Amino acid sequence: MRINRLAAVGVAATIALTGLAACGGDGGSGDPKPKDVTFDAGTTMAKLNKDQKIRIGTKFDQPGFGLKGLDGKPAGFDVEIGKIITTELGIPADKIEWVEAPSKVREEVIEQGKVDIVVATYTINDARKQRIDFAGPYYVAGQQIMTRKDDDSITGPDSFKDGAKKVCSVTGSTPAKTIEASLKDKASQLVLFDVYQKCADALKTKQVDAVTTDNVILTGFVANAPDDFKLVGEKFTQEPYGIGLKKGDTAFREFVNKTLEKIASDGRYEKAWKDTAGKFDKNVPTAPPVNRY
Amino acid sequence: MNVLVDRFDVFASGFWLTLQICLLSAAGALIIGTLMAVLRISPVPPLRAIGTAYVTVFRNIPLTVVAFFTAFGLPELGSNASFLKIPVLDSLFTRLGMDLPYFRFFVLALSLYTGAFVCEALRAGVNAVAAGQAEAARALGLTFTQNLRHVILPQAWKAAVVPLGSVIIAMIKNSALAGFFGIVGDLSQAADELTSQEGLALIPVFIGISVGYLVMTVPLGILLDRIESRRPVTR
Repeated sequence: MRINRLAAVGVAATIALTGLAACGGDGGSGDPKPKDVTFDAGTTMAKLNKDQKIRIGTKFDQPGFGLKGLDGKPAGFDVEIGKIITTELGIPADKIEWVEAPSKVREEVIEQGKVDIVVATYTINDARKQRIDFAGPYYVAGQQIMTRKDDDSITGPDSFKDGAKKVCSVTGSTPAKTIEASLKDKASQLVLFDVYQKCADALKTKQVDAVTTDNVILTGFVANAPDDFKLVGEKFTQEPYGIGLKKGDTAFREFVNKTLEKIASDGRYEKAWKDTAGKFDKNVPTAPPVNRY
Repeated sequence: MNVLVDRFDVFASGFWLTLQICLLSAAGALIIGTLMAVLRISPVPPLRAIGTAYVTVFRNIPLTVVAFFTAFGLPELGSNASFLKIPVLDSLFTRLGMDLPYFRFFVLALSLYTGAFVCEALRAGVNAVAAGQAEAARALGLTFTQNLRHVILPQAWKAAVVPLGSVIIAMIKNSALAGFFGIVGDLSQAADELTSQEGLALIPVFIGISVGYLVMTVPLGILLDRIESRRPVTR
């Protein structure tokens, strides 16, 4: 009868909703808890702790490292490292303001004070050290090449020397500069876009024959489309990822370096990797020694 | 400001590539624009409709979106704009004949977009010609095409040259988008690379590329002024 059926549906709905509510209340318990710390007066750490707010620049489009999800928040290995540093500062992880920092503007956002740190697959190199300071490295990637699944003609950077193959990368990135040395004619072989997704699209539609950048970024794209792409060859460079912060802020840099050393041994580094990029790449990397240059 | 001297070769090759893009796009835009203008003033309604549709579409869609469609939409459709590999031209403009299609895609986008504005500028010129001229031509028995070629267009040209010049100057500035749609080595992409890749200061680099664009636009502006003063629009 109709009333019985309505009652049954109502009971079922209530049970379902309470079930969901029970799960929903748990949200955020995955984030690390902030520590209760005090810092020397005048340091950046003291200021951030006092304001209980931190702005972190990260990528929004790198699967595994910094990828914006449907809830509007980025997630990935870089994001986890950022959260760990935040909790070490005594700030809860949900007080982080995530700012998108595509490759090109990473120095600008630090110089202009738009963010406090940048954790965004940020390769340490001398040119960048002129403008900002690096803490870390916290991960060593390597440049590699991604091709279409059915294309076996490219095996490494030397495949471009004959001038027939075309490669795509992102403007202003270290891999773009490195691959230029392996090209016969930059004008007819190199395509540069502002984001890696455009390179992946160009590869799919056969406008280019390869995409080159750090292996972790490529692994993310291969994981999203395993029938379209594959990685070829070995890593042919060493790309140490660092945390960018304002030039001259030695106290803050030392704090971040100490934090990285701490988490390398207490298991948080491993957990951060396993929760994020570890889903694409099962090998947990060992945390590299920090470089106090 | 040393970057202007140290890296002059980057600015010079960037200028040369941008000049190539602008020349090809200007030629394409003038051809498409004239064709569309003739369609819009033709006495055959379906042709008028085609002309109006073209202008409505390409004048109102931003150039960035048109460039997206050519750079990322055409490959999805399976084309790499090889119809633009015109035999003689691609020995002069080497990038036209290359395998990498992004140069052709952008020139196509810029020509289509600017062609809509050229069409309107020419139509403004045609409308500026006294109605009596077209009527007299019809009375004399000239066909529509003869009318256009011998009576209207020569007079319309004088009135249209200034708006047309402005459209071309705007196109030269629009060519700065090329660097963001896969073209490596033009002025804007050179600036992009110098500031992000090598971390050079922004202001000197952008002054450098502004000089490059000014070298193209200022003489064109002066030429337009000369043409306008030499041939006053008389009735």
